[in-house]
Amino acid sequence: MMNDDPPGLYLHIPFCVTRCIYCDFYSDTRISMAGRLLGCLAAENAPRGMGFSAFDTVYIGGGTPSAMPAGSIALLMERIGGRFETAPGAEVTIEVNPDDVTAGKLAEYRGAGINRISVGVQSFDDGELKFLGRRHDARSAIGAARAIREAGMENLGIDLIYGFAGHTIESWRSTLETALSLGPEHVSCYQMTIEGPTPMARMLAAGRIEETGEELQRELFLLASAALTDHGYIHYEISNYARGEGAASRHNGKYWAHAPYLGLGPSAHSFAGGERWWNLPSIEGYCGGVEGGEGPPRGSERLTARQFDLETLYLGLRTARGLPLGFLSRFPAWERALERLENESCLRIEGDRVVPTTKGFLFADSLPLFFL
Amino acid sequence: MAGIRNFSITAHIDHGKSTLADRLIQYTGLVADRDFQDQILDNMDIERERGITIKSQTVCLPYKSRSGEEFILNLIDTPGHVDFSYEVSRALASCEGVLLLVDASQGVEAQTLANLYLAMEHDLAVIPVINKIDLPSADIENTREMIEVDLGLDSDGAILCSAKDGIGIEDILEAITKRIPAPRGEKEKPFRALIFDARYDSFRGTIISCRIVDGTVREGDIIRLMSLGTTHKIEEVGVFRIAREKRPSLSAGEVGYIIAGIKTVSDTRIGDTIVHDADPMPPALPGFKEVKPVVFSSIYPIDSDENSALADALEKYKLNDAALIYQRDSSAALGHGFRCGFLGLLHLEVFQERLEREFNQGIIMTSPSVEYKFILANGDEVEVDNPEYYPDPGIIVKSLEPYIRATMMMPERYMGAVMQICLARRGVNSHFHYPTSGRIELFFEMPLAEVIFDFYDKLKTVTQGYGSFDYELLDYREGNLVKVDILVNGERVDALSTIIHTDRARTRAKQICDRLAEEIPKHMFKIAVQGAVGGKIIARSTISAMRKDVTAKCYGGDITRKRKLLEKQAKGKKRMKSIGKVMIPQNAFVSVLKTNDE
Ligand SMILES: Nc1nc2c(ncn2[C@@H]2O[C@H](COP(=O)(O)OP(=O)(O)OP(=O)(O)O)[C@@H](O)[C@H]2O)c(=O)[nH]1
Ligand code: SF4
Repeated sequence: MMNDDPPGLYLHIPFCVTRCIYCDFYSDTRISMAGRLLGCLAAENAPRGMGFSAFDTVYIGGGTPSAMPAGSIALLMERIGGRFETAPGAEVTIEVNPDDVTAGKLAEYRGAGINRISVGVQSFDDGELKFLGRRHDARSAIGAARAIREAGMENLGIDLIYGFAGHTIESWRSTLETALSLGPEHVSCYQMTIEGPTPMARMLAAGRIEETGEELQRELFLLASAALTDHGYIHYEISNYARGEGAASRHNGKYWAHAPYLGLGPSAHSFAGGERWWNLPSIEGYCGGVEGGEGPPRGSERLTARQFDLETLYLGLRTARGLPLGFLSRFPAWERALERLENESCLRIEGDRVVPTTKGFLFADSLPLFFL
Repeated sequence: MAGIRNFSITAHIDHGKSTLADRLIQYTGLVADRDFQDQILDNMDIERERGITIKSQTVCLPYKSRSGEEFILNLIDTPGHVDFSYEVSRALASCEGVLLLVDASQGVEAQTLANLYLAMEHDLAVIPVINKIDLPSADIENTREMIEVDLGLDSDGAILCSAKDGIGIEDILEAITKRIPAPRGEKEKPFRALIFDARYDSFRGTIISCRIVDGTVREGDIIRLMSLGTTHKIEEVGVFRIAREKRPSLSAGEVGYIIAGIKTVSDTRIGDTIVHDADPMPPALPGFKEVKPVVFSSIYPIDSDENSALADALEKYKLNDAALIYQRDSSAALGHGFRCGFLGLLHLEVFQERLEREFNQGIIMTSPSVEYKFILANGDEVEVDNPEYYPDPGIIVKSLEPYIRATMMMPERYMGAVMQICLARRGVNSHFHYPTSGRIELFFEMPLAEVIFDFYDKLKTVTQGYGSFDYELLDYREGNLVKVDILVNGERVDALSTIIHTDRARTRAKQICDRLAEEIPKHMFKIAVQGAVGGKIIARSTISAMRKDVTAKCYGGDITRKRKLLEKQAKGKKRMKSIGKVMIPQNAFVSVLKTNDE
């Protein structure tokens, strides 16, 4: 079941002004290197033999793309536009930090064809924002959302985070209410996971903070799901909510459906025709490779049929679309697994598809194993 | 028949038995120095690691004495564990003397004494050897005194030695020729030989190690194994010199091997007498007994698809271990497997380790059990070594369990602690005496079931290594026995059932439940782990429900990472057993086994 949807394009801008204490993304605070990096980003080629048809989504992520100097995103998009074809009506997203949002930048983005803005709000509580090491406060987050609307952007996404040390049901409810009051087309709610060598992981190891218990994480998750679906949002993926089918992130959907995508920039991942490859996470290595003409250093893997099925299985069970019954029946234990998970109210059969319930989302990491 | 001497070396653990054996081999020039691999006699991996000899080894050393006389010295190595005490007794029965090795820095210890008694039982000449005199901490005078006082031996005859530095080796060899009598037995009498070991060789089949007691045996002879009544034609006889060395014949007094087209070691019996088939009614050599397994456990492949591989491995293993018995068995929880019988717990452990290491078989073993007897209402008597076949309690009139007579020897100061562990294990009728001052020999009658778990380890611990232990089966006695079942989420896990004395049932059940609760991962629902006797729940532990299991993000690099994790989990799942809706990891079964009695 290779997916022949149009491809997506991802541009990774690996810079942040400061680092948040929980973050293990690949990003760097040496913004002075941005000029060189952007130049390379605009020049990177897909590996030989990997052709892509017109992209119907473009996603500028990071890092913090909005921290780039004025005019640089427009320039990047212009150069990219000169090298790759974009389909008419493409979804073009940029991730922004509330602090960086100005009328000028918004105008620049619009001019560059960007039609969707995803704001990294995380919380509307100043104390929490400070603890998380974010640069902005609640006021500037609200201000950014309004400015985006005023600039005529029709597609606004808000990213929130929950379940960090000290988080409470009350404060989460209030953050969700504020987010709802801004009427975004899209909301992402990410549960805090403490991973990698981050300052937060060190605080945890040193006993300065406590890990949030399963029970509270569960309640926070269920609260978000209930609050957002009550307000008409569709809970279409574990961490993602959309106001109507059309508002779901088309770009992210490609990751979950094995659609082709090309990722440019250090640490960016690409996928096409059963092959996955990724640039290594090093700005210097990346720029050196692109400038030298041999291309950035990369890793790659070719999926076996079994691996492809495994990915399809677990990715499918993370989205509200679920999986076709016909696909599940490839796994020898499928009938028994399905029966059990239906009894546990984790899965539901809808027509010829099997879809996860909200409870199913809560146990998404357990579900695939039942079929294996 | 001058010229032959048959002897064994006996020592407390670590007093240098293997080192001395190596030195003797080296001195007599059997192996060139440069080929010398340390501790040639302990050649099984597991034997080396555990420092326990499991199989007897023999080596035939040529020696020319100071007076110019030629000798053949047969060194017969003996197993070092109570599970194999019968084998030890047969090996000693093949000797005329022993070197009793004492570490000069440690002096006489428990095992030294036990070994001396064993040697005396077989009327062997005893040559005390004081080893490790090179050590700065060596106290030769004190050791001499202990030999006099504790062992009652003449310390003037003790030989000073450093096996490590090769000091005193020639003195030892001379003493063997002078102080150990030549073997009695007559060449002219009808042929009789004592089997003290048998090993499997993939080219030649079974190689019997034996002591020729009377007569002569040669290639082509038709022999009969008396206890089994089977006859075989001899293909080859010879002696052990590191490698086998073929000889035209073996005669009275000699120690060597016989190859006679015998397929597996199970077709022979240690302690049996070999005679010429033509010889109608020769008297059998004394002391033969059929060794019977006393500990039983079922084994199952971790991966249920591996059943036939396990069957193959068992068949191969059995070629070299006559003491193991097994038959097909199956469990609702664990699928098809085998019920196995062992000589003791060490035998079981060695078996398990060898299966995993040499045959690459991952297995789950059920809790070891002894053989119980039940008298039923209709007068029948049934023997049960597998809790699965525990009769309906309603028709049991009387339950019987095997008792042993345990013999323990230790320095007097440990007596209190040892009494305590014996009483805690339902020991009765104790008595003791002082074989020498300061040392105690303690006897207890105990249920075998109480010693198979960890009694020996426990004894070693409380006596700081100075306690020795031996046992013999006594009889069956009435005991209040019950079967404890374990239920996981309401489903009985047959492989975890045990037959146990009623006084122990609750504690043991609780231990099993707690262990399982620790090892079974959380599921989406709450799981009760219960211990039950009949329909009555006597212990309980709970595994709380998992409340969520999801990671929030899945973009770019997460996709491969998550898939790899899933691949790993799927593999792990293969090593789990599903009981109803619950997945039980292999570890859970193993952890239950480790539960000790305290
Ligand atoms: N210094 C010194 N060490 C010795 C001598 N003989 C043996 N050893 C050491 O004592 C330890 C035990 O020696 P082994 O020969 O393995 O003793 P063993 O009696 O066979 O021990 P088990 O097989 O465990 O019963 C080893 O570390 C030897 O190197 C000796 O004469 N002098
Ligand atoms: S802004 Fe985003 S990418 Fe940058 S440090 Fe914070 S969480 Fe990480």
